[in-house]
Amino acid sequence: MQLVCPAGSLPALKAAVRQGADAIYVGFKDDTNARHFAGLNLTDKQLESGLDFIRQNQKKLYIAVNTYAQPEGWERWQRAVDHAAALGVDALIAADPGVLAYASKKHPQLNLHLSVQGSATNAPALAFYKERYNIKRAVLPRVLSLTQVKQVAESTNVPIEVFAFGSLCIMAEGRCHLSSYLTGESPNLCGVCSPAKAVRWSNDEGKLTSRLNEVLIDRYEEDESAGYPTLCKGRFIVNGKRFHALEEPTSLDTMDLIPELAKIGVSAVKIEGRQRSPAYTEQVTRVWRAALDSYRRNPEKFSVDPQWRQTLAGLSEGSQTTLGAYHRAWQ
Amino acid sequence: MKLSLGPILFFWPRAKVETFYQEMAEQPLDYIYMGETVCAKRRELNLDAWIGLAKETQQQSKAQILLSGLTLIEANSEIGALKRLCENGEFTVEANDMAAVQFLAERKLPFVGGPALNIYSGNTLAEFIDSGMQRWSPPVEVSGTMIKAALKQLDELGVARPEVEVFAYGHLPLAYSARCFTARAENRPKDDCQLCCINYSEGIPLLSQEGQEVFTINGIQTMSAEVNNLLADFPSLAEVGADVARLSPRAEGMLEVVQAWDRVRNGQQPPLAVQGCNGYWHGRPGMVTAEEAGLC
Repeated sequence: MQLVCPAGSLPALKAAVRQGADAIYVGFKDDTNARHFAGLNLTDKQLESGLDFIRQNQKKLYIAVNTYAQPEGWERWQRAVDHAAALGVDALIAADPGVLAYASKKHPQLNLHLSVQGSATNAPALAFYKERYNIKRAVLPRVLSLTQVKQVAESTNVPIEVFAFGSLCIMAEGRCHLSSYLTGESPNLCGVCSPAKAVRWSNDEGKLTSRLNEVLIDRYEEDESAGYPTLCKGRFIVNGKRFHALEEPTSLDTMDLIPELAKIGVSAVKIEGRQRSPAYTEQVTRVWRAALDSYRRNPEKFSVDPQWRQTLAGLSEGSQTTLGAYHRAWQ
Repeated sequence: MKLSLGPILFFWPRAKVETFYQEMAEQPLDYIYMGETVCAKRRELNLDAWIGLAKETQQQSKAQILLSGLTLIEANSEIGALKRLCENGEFTVEANDMAAVQFLAERKLPFVGGPALNIYSGNTLAEFIDSGMQRWSPPVEVSGTMIKAALKQLDELGVARPEVEVFAYGHLPLAYSARCFTARAENRPKDDCQLCCINYSEGIPLLSQEGQEVFTINGIQTMSAEVNNLLADFPSLAEVGADVARLSPRAEGMLEVVQAWDRVRNGQQPPLAVQGCNGYWHGRPGMVTAEEAGLC
């Protein structure tokens, strides 16, 4: 299984390479990718330098152009695809059939991966992208149980990539407009969720309070640690009870499932977090490299080293991890 | 402007569903979408029962009846049911997942692209039209301006426009998850949900800690708290190129909603303002009520 790691900056890219990532995925500095955050992503110069480093180390570079093209700005998506092709990247990660069609016609030699934003959860959906755009891999949304991942893998000829670690989208990726409902900006169109510019922190009645476009997302007691107000991870009131009505602040960690994922025939595992620091990329990559190598050396006796788990827990949202939808009971 | 009745997004007892369609069959609607789009476990009507009800309704109604497919497909059994839906042989299907698009395209059957398909631009529209899509219901977050721009782009590509159906009234379907939030609210595991969403005929309000209504929980679907209502924006619907206004069923009062829309499409002056939100239509946060709506 290939280890695919995130880089939102040149230092993160280099850290991923040094720690043993097989492939590094990045985005351009505009709304053509799903991590269009202020101060994030690589300039053209940084990209060229990063690509040189990747080539010297015989690793792979993927570029995500995985938002949905807006009619008024179509040229930006065209330009992003052309740019990725000109760089000679190892794969373009895209979701929009319009973008995939353009890429497959204009650059038939370019490897296309279906982004998780494509929201393909089943074999017939994958067949659509395979037949029309000849995709070489698909990233599955984080809504499937392990059994369901297996079913998809068994019934498609498209190699599968799954999320291994990182922030957990509770909603099917590509199928969530919650952010635009509150703030006007969504992952599909703008490459952002719960954008920082809509966040306001305040101290109300002595309690730290987070708001998104003035809608209260969470309010913390003194002994509680506050997290970024991603709207699906707030505490709301449903049927008179206040709780994390959609999802707790927690991260996905599937390290325990490495043997199962390998047996299913998953081609690659992906680390989420292009918006995180180089130190995050460095540590997660190191630990996952160690785990995958350990499994390869001795598949029958694989077990998760407590130190790996400790490192990952320290990097997780709310210091909690979950197997997410892979574990049926979570659903 | 044509009027359509979207699929029922909530889980209602069979008798309520049947009564609802008896009433709606006599209304001035052009299209009626039927079928389960949210959760495969909701089987007050199974696929055969839906097809049976569709046939019955078709006999009573001047509207064209269509069948809507499930949105989030996770299990093999759901793929099988969706395939059977696409092969029903009589009713046009609304595809809400790429699996349905693939099944319908393989069979060269014309279809409707539902709001859960991510089609935002002319280039993408062209791909779906090439696969057999004849009517496009844009994602609910798309503004009137963006619809207009996408259609213009399509014109420039030399591709004939599909019919355009705007989500004009009802709680907006915003997100789909592996997790059932209704079961979670009742502290039940999803595998033992006891179909508790049948107790909430218009979902469960999700409020902020300040009591502001933010979302509506509807099983694995999260919807807007506000009812999206574009009646005051009626003139701008046609202006951007919409052909159909979709009215999404609510638990009560749909008769009045259909009739109000029918009067306006037949020439009555639209109201200057309505209750509910229309932010998305105006390119703003969906929850917002654009005050200038009636003047646009």
